[in-house]
Amino acid sequence: MKKDLKTALKITIPILFGYIFVGIAFGLLLCQAGYNFLWAMLISCVVYSGSLQFILIPFLTNPISILTVIVASIAVSSRHMFYGISFIERFNKMGAKKWYMIFSLTDETYSILCSQKNKSEVYNNDRTFFLMSFLNQMYWIIGSVIGSLIGDVIPFNTKGIDFALTALFAVILAELIMASKKITASAVGIACSIICLYLFGADNFLLPSFISSAAVLIIFKNYIAQGEERKA
Amino acid sequence: MNTAYAVTIIFIAGAVTFAVRYFPFALFSQLKDKMPPSVVYLGNILPQASIAILLVYCLKGLNFSAASSYLPQAISLAAVFALHIFKRNFILSIAAGTVIYMILVQFVFI
Repeated sequence: MKKDLKTALKITIPILFGYIFVGIAFGLLLCQAGYNFLWAMLISCVVYSGSLQFILIPFLTNPISILTVIVASIAVSSRHMFYGISFIERFNKMGAKKWYMIFSLTDETYSILCSQKNKSEVYNNDRTFFLMSFLNQMYWIIGSVIGSLIGDVIPFNTKGIDFALTALFAVILAELIMASKKITASAVGIACSIICLYLFGADNFLLPSFISSAAVLIIFKNYIAQGEERKA
Repeated sequence: MNTAYAVTIIFIAGAVTFAVRYFPFALFSQLKDKMPPSVVYLGNILPQASIAILLVYCLKGLNFSAASSYLPQAISLAAVFALHIFKRNFILSIAAGTVIYMILVQFVFI
């Protein structure tokens, strides 16, 4: 147990930094909206979705219809339906833990789980796998509580610290490319998202990017899969 | 503050998020032992594409008309990739990249 926890801690340290500080930013904004640390804790436990939680803050201060909340939640979270596809068989083997693994599949947790796909001793260890997801949510909760309690008195200038999450995605992408020795999928993702960014604008391009990338990858499956199958 | 309303929308947002994350499991888990090959293929290949998209998402604010709104990101990202290719140490690459970025936005490109 102790060894598994140590492994999980080590792997999730980058998320620790990213989540604590983004969590602090969330807690701070929530506090300014008039909701104390108990609310921060409740929201980070129940919703646990970075982007959606930020969007929820104005809804809390200026109540709107429940239907709008549902539509906004679907719009912001919909990309997450692409994440489970890579873990269907893996999570199904985890018994009751499966439900928590699905619940906690954020962008960052998804990427960190993906980064272990080629490391079988971690990937096949249910406990380590679960602890990675669990620790990430703890970092997020702790960050949001800190932010709502003392966010405005942080003693140093944190401007730019959110780059940790950008760097995290960059490193995981580099890992996946080095492991597969192929860049086709990344090229498809980057090309589709840049095109969608121009077509749909910075606020709405995420979902179209996932849909178009998945479509391109499926359409050119025979061409792309040749190399992938040889590897497997 | 309307407590009942706040609690309601928090749980609705949570339920919707869970439903979205659960969607592929609802769709494909029922298929006994054999998953369709195209789903297996997508499951294997999507992570690289998805993370590339998330990286672009993080950089969506880049503005090439002002050096201060693309150079800090470009320099820091180059450092992250270079460090990671040579040292292959997650924490080192991310920490160094973040510190470089913070220095650039706080002291160099103000």
